[in-house]
Amino acid sequence: MEEPTTRFVQGNEACVEAALYAGLEFFAGYPITPSTEVAEHLAIRLPQAGGRFIQMEDEIASICAIVGASLTGHKVMTATSGPGFSLMQEGLGYAVMAEIPCVIVNVQRGGPSTGNPTHVSQGDVFQARWGTHGDHAIVAMTASNHQDLFDVTVEAFNIAETFRTPVILLFDEVIGHMREKLVIPPAGKIPLVERLRTSVKGGVDYHPYLPREDGRLPMSDFGGEHRYNVTGLFHDMWGFPSNNPQVVHGLLRHLVDKIQNNANRMARYKEYYLKDARTILVSYGSSARSALHVVKNRRARGERLGLLELQTLWPFPEHIVREKCETAQNVVVVEMNMGQVLQLVKQAVDDPDKVFLANRVDGGLITPTDIRNILRLIQGKGV
Amino acid sequence: MAVKDYLRERFFPHMWCPGCGHGTVLNGLLRAVEKLGMSKNEMVMVSGIGCSSRISGYVDFHTLHTLHGRALAFATGVKLSKPELTVLVPMGDGDALAIGGNHFIHAARRNIDITALVMNNRIYGMTGGQFSPMSGYGTSATTAPYSNIDHSFDVVELSKAAGATFVARTTAYHVQNMADIIRKAILHEGFSVVEVLTQCPTYFGRKNRMGGAVEMVKWLKDNTTPIGSKAKQENPELIERGVFVQKELPEYCNEYNKVIERATKGR
Repeated sequence: MEEPTTRFVQGNEACVEAALYAGLEFFAGYPITPSTEVAEHLAIRLPQAGGRFIQMEDEIASICAIVGASLTGHKVMTATSGPGFSLMQEGLGYAVMAEIPCVIVNVQRGGPSTGNPTHVSQGDVFQARWGTHGDHAIVAMTASNHQDLFDVTVEAFNIAETFRTPVILLFDEVIGHMREKLVIPPAGKIPLVERLRTSVKGGVDYHPYLPREDGRLPMSDFGGEHRYNVTGLFHDMWGFPSNNPQVVHGLLRHLVDKIQNNANRMARYKEYYLKDARTILVSYGSSARSALHVVKNRRARGERLGLLELQTLWPFPEHIVREKCETAQNVVVVEMNMGQVLQLVKQAVDDPDKVFLANRVDGGLITPTDIRNILRLIQGKGV
Repeated sequence: MAVKDYLRERFFPHMWCPGCGHGTVLNGLLRAVEKLGMSKNEMVMVSGIGCSSRISGYVDFHTLHTLHGRALAFATGVKLSKPELTVLVPMGDGDALAIGGNHFIHAARRNIDITALVMNNRIYGMTGGQFSPMSGYGTSATTAPYSNIDHSFDVVELSKAAGATFVARTTAYHVQNMADIIRKAILHEGFSVVEVLTQCPTYFGRKNRMGGAVEMVKWLKDNTTPIGSKAKQENPELIERGVFVQKELPEYCNEYNKVIERATKGR
């Protein structure tokens, strides 16, 4: 087995390395801070690997192009930030409806609108969930350091290919631009999921939208032996439009169930000192770095503080949050928005009144001092 | 292979209104494909939203029915990721030039080997007769009840300026000519635009007192003329039809192959 490679890179570059490791073959994107380095590095690296990179005219076109390339049988990705992610919502819904494996990176910056382009935020958590119209399920993941970012990026491709679904990688400006050590594992170390392709022979009726018993739908590449239809309309098992109530109901249920029923399998998280913790910090992305600093610092002084770091944000791992926070006296959600994951944690636990928010929304990274000040307030010690 | 072998006959009768020109375009398109003797497995049709876009449901190719205006963006992903496929993109005038205008000019600029058909009936039919970017000044539509003040594009001039390397115009009256032009457009290596003037008796015709389908088709016959004809010199109001541009320039997928060569050189 080849040796692992150690690099000192930005998070955006770590994302590129992970995508290539996972087998990325096609990328379409549009420049936008703070995700641009993903496109820049792929413009160099993809053709070296025989893949294809294209800079499209906007983010709408970018997500549409990757859907087209996924249908010809390739692993695909795009990358953007808030304003571009808003434009991608239309195509994201299409990928949900047509069940197209693809990965969408959103390196979050401050919003709404053009907002705070070069500064950090975690304000797109709910946009990732409900940004595209209509009822649906979605997968979104994040990470707080480059090694984890590498792993969740590979996992995003694996989930996309397993469940025929778009997967959103919700990183943030600090993770995207920060440089730190990354160890790229040798090929084969992390298992990769390849797309399930149909074994139905040419000339035999193939149903691109008929789930197997395990819920998976074998695909057939455009250009192959099976000619079928793909549409954003509700459709039957051949992919042709249908407004038959049974078909509509069945498809919507399938789209939601295939994600929700596998929520456990997709739930990634890390825990630090949770066992006897009286106060639990719940955090994710770059906020979790500051939260971990506070926890380690306080533990050294004998305080019973713990951290639950979420890597899967959608489907929200409700039962895990509930179980881990059961015996805690206080739960403090640390995030850089006005309390998005806070709402979810409040819903998940028995007593929503024990859940507090430690946030920062001025474009600066939330610091351990920010978190400590909130903790003092919660503990009745004043600032 | 016979023309009907390219059809998904189980979906007929089609959903277009009586007298609509879109079925004629389907006919011309399939005659072109038949003449080229293309295999169904090598053909991909990518369409957007609107009456015209439903054409993809009727052809037995790999078919991708996408979002309003975005067909060319999806098609770009299909073509660049698998350049050996032949990619056809039929669009309506609103689909191609209003909501999809940006994708249209950029696909032309890249000169990617895609054949774009603009089925221009000068109206939004599926939503019930609103004016399109091709309706033109002085026309009537449900959203232009006091006469339209929006000016229209010239698709041919727009395509030329944007860099398309094959640009042609034909009509739903000139069916043989349409099939011939579409055949040439498919054969052309690069971005091809074929504008097909077609009739919507249900909305454009009714709103603008142009009569039924027969009168509208006759209008197409009487108001168009071959490029540079004597009739055009005598009556500059006539709309020219034929092949306006056909030139060889580097095609995008071929150029990307060179990018891969440069990127992998010495590695």
